[in-house]
Amino acid sequence: MDVREGLFYTKEHEWVKIDGKIATVGITDYAQSALGDVTFVELPKKADVFKQADQIATVESVKAASDIYAPLSGAVEEINPELDNVPELVNQSCYEKGFFLKMQIEDEAEIKNLMDAKSYKAYLESLAK
Amino acid sequence: MNLKLTPLAEVHETLGAKTASFGGWLMPIEYNGIIQEHNWTRKNASVFDICHMGEFEFKGDLKTSGFDNVVTADLESMPVKTCRYGFLLNETGNILDDAVTYRKGIDQWMLVVNAATTEDDFKHIKSNLRSSNFRNMSDQTAKLDLQGPLSRDVLVSLGCKGIENLAYYTFDYFELFENKVLISRTGYTGELGFEIYIDSIHAVELWNLLLKEDRVRPAGLGARDTLRLEMSYPLYGQDITGENNPIEAGFGKFIDFDKEFIGKEKLLKKKTNVEKKLVCFVCDSRRAPRHNDRILKDKKTIGVVTSGSFSPSLGVGIGMGYVESHEAVVDNQIIISDDKKELSAKIVKRPFYKNGSLKG
Repeated sequence: MDVREGLFYTKEHEWVKIDGKIATVGITDYAQSALGDVTFVELPKKADVFKQADQIATVESVKAASDIYAPLSGAVEEINPELDNVPELVNQSCYEKGFFLKMQIEDEAEIKNLMDAKSYKAYLESLAK
Repeated sequence: MNLKLTPLAEVHETLGAKTASFGGWLMPIEYNGIIQEHNWTRKNASVFDICHMGEFEFKGDLKTSGFDNVVTADLESMPVKTCRYGFLLNETGNILDDAVTYRKGIDQWMLVVNAATTEDDFKHIKSNLRSSNFRNMSDQTAKLDLQGPLSRDVLVSLGCKGIENLAYYTFDYFELFENKVLISRTGYTGELGFEIYIDSIHAVELWNLLLKEDRVRPAGLGARDTLRLEMSYPLYGQDITGENNPIEAGFGKFIDFDKEFIGKEKLLKKKTNVEKKLVCFVCDSRRAPRHNDRILKDKKTIGVVTSGSFSPSLGVGIGMGYVESHEAVVDNQIIISDDKKELSAKIVKRPFYKNGSLKG
């Protein structure tokens, strides 16, 4: 499983990249692999506001639909427009072209609730047991 | 619960398959991605491990034994070496299972049934037979399905002499690695295809032989499900269950009302009053309907979804479900809904996918 250094992670397998006040959000390699072929992604609208752990998106694979949760609180700054027509980008490039959205970070203190790459790797190992 | 393993369980593990329980068995769901496996089957040929399904053998007179009464299809008129689709019903006329009957000889039959229902089917049939010559061959029988437009070419190159003359829904015996194997021209994908029955001890050997061909790839139950749904083939346990009868499911043509069969009397009554019908519908987006979603018309619930998925061939969500009979009209606009979504959809004629090589 590809776990990228420098990103933060949730137990629900979302990743977060922090650039100043902006957080880019997607799902991890583990998540895309577990879902299988992604066929549809429902994203929020720009300026929609979410609290940490609110449902923020839905991702559907051939087999099932899964909820995606906001890793941090804040307003949606930008969504990935490509996912509408090419949802398989989530499988092909989950950390880059297949990102879900960017949001404004409302409260930096919430970042401490997330895992770093090392902790997330350990978490994945604990799930495999 | 301990899941049963097919003779190919280790092979699937080596191939890195994602597995899940299905009908009491640990089965491969996908190897390299459901969509890829689906598309490969539509264009080339795929091999599926279908060892979980049940096979019964019966020897005896069709009429005096009572065997004719356990299947709704007209068995008497079947020529030897042909197959026929039909249903096992209970006394209320509802569906215990769907099954394919093979006539191996004048007085020799094979019945192929679903995995989850194998044991109950066997008990049901046995209790209705006046003959003890009925055996459950499921454990010693391996079933591999080779499906796709290139499947016949593959079998020809493996030395199955005469396979090119095998007509749809017939079977014969062929030489494969010095074994006599039963191959029928049947399947569950809508493509030209074959179902191969061999002794379980040869399952791995046959699997490897088929996969030596570059044209053949393994496909899991995930692709099997999307392929069959695009053909609107029903899945027992979802689209047809013990709560449904074959008339409302739209499969009246697989019932011979000119003969006696278990459940006939009640089914004849139900036939005159069909309250709901199984329909096919296409959504207007990639989002998929799912099992148990509600079907609405003018904000009123008119039915329930039994199967739903993204269709790799059509590029949109498709599904089947039961709706009130008067709403079961082609082009009727409906809404598919659960707590989180509302999809607009349209009732269409079956099947969804019309370009299959099935009868080619």
